[in-house]
Amino acid sequence: MRVSVITFPGSNCDQDALEVFETRGHTVHSIWHKDTDLQNPDLVILPGGFSYGDYLRCGALARFSPIVKEVVAHAQRGGYLWGICNGFQILTETGLLPGTLLMNNTLQFICQHQYIRIETANTPYTHGLRVGTALDIPIAHKEGNYFIDEPGLRELQDQDRIVFRYCDADGNIAPGTNPNGALDDIAGICNTTRNILGMMPHPERAATDSVSSNDGKQIFRALEDYFTTRA
Amino acid sequence: MVKAKIYVQLKASVLDPQGKAVTTSLHAIGYERVADTRISKYIEIIFDETDLAAVDTQVHSICDKLLANPNTEHYHFELETME
Repeated sequence: MRVSVITFPGSNCDQDALEVFETRGHTVHSIWHKDTDLQNPDLVILPGGFSYGDYLRCGALARFSPIVKEVVAHAQRGGYLWGICNGFQILTETGLLPGTLLMNNTLQFICQHQYIRIETANTPYTHGLRVGTALDIPIAHKEGNYFIDEPGLRELQDQDRIVFRYCDADGNIAPGTNPNGALDDIAGICNTTRNILGMMPHPERAATDSVSSNDGKQIFRALEDYFTTRA
Repeated sequence: MVKAKIYVQLKASVLDPQGKAVTTSLHAIGYERVADTRISKYIEIIFDETDLAAVDTQVHSICDKLLANPNTEHYHFELETME
C-alpha cells in the first residue's frame, strides 16, 4: 500500500504511524499540512496529537490546513482515510464523520491500556476479524467522549457503522468499561461508504514488538488483507 | 470599529461535565442553592468596519464556519460600536 501520513503543527503520533507502516513493508510518505500533494496514496492517516494546540476545539483549526482539501477529495474518490485520536476529532470537525468528541466525563486526560471490541467486520480495517473480539489498544486523550444526537446514533446503529466499542478483557460491556463517557460506548465509527474510519484508541502504539500489546497488528493485517484481496 | 461579543454555549441537551464539577464545588463551599452551572466560551472580535449590518452577517458566518460546532453548541452575540 502507499500510505501518506499528515503532520499538522502539534501532531505527535505521525512518526509512530509512519514507522508501523514502513516496517510492514508499505511505501510511506510524510506530508506536511501546508503541502498540496498527497503523493498518490491508497491510505491517508490523520494521526494523533494536538493539532494547533487543540485551540478553540480539538481538530477545529486543522480542517483549514491546505492539505485537508486534498484529503477530502481523496476520501470522496473512495480512498481509504483513517483518523486516529486527534485525527478522529479532525474527521468530525471536517464533517467527514458525524458527531463530536466532547471532553471526557471524568474531566481528566486518560492515558491507559483499554480494551475495545470489534463490532463489525464490514470495513476494510476490520475485514476478516471476528466480531466480539476484544483488543488491548492504548488510549490517550482528554476529548474522547463521543456524542451524537439520537437520530444520528440510530443511523450509526442501523447502518452497522459502529466499528469499535469500549469493553473489558472478555469483550463485555459493563459498568466501568467505558473510560470517557462516550455515547453507546463508541470508540470508533466509519462513514456510509466505509472507507473512512475514525477511532480514539491508538493501534499504531500496539503494533511493534517493543511494546507490551501487539493487538493493533490485527487491524493493520486486516487492512492489508482487504487491500490485497481487492487489488 | 465594531466589537462583536460572542458567546458559544453547549446546547442544553449536551452534558457539561465541567459545569457539573463546578456545581459540586459550589455545593462544597456552601452554595447549596446552586442548581446547575454551564461553562461557555466568550470571544471578542474587533472589526475595522462601521456598518453594523455588514458585521452582523460576518459574525454569523464566522460562528457557523468556525467558532461554534453545530452538533453540540449554539451561539449568540452582541455588537458594540467602538470609539
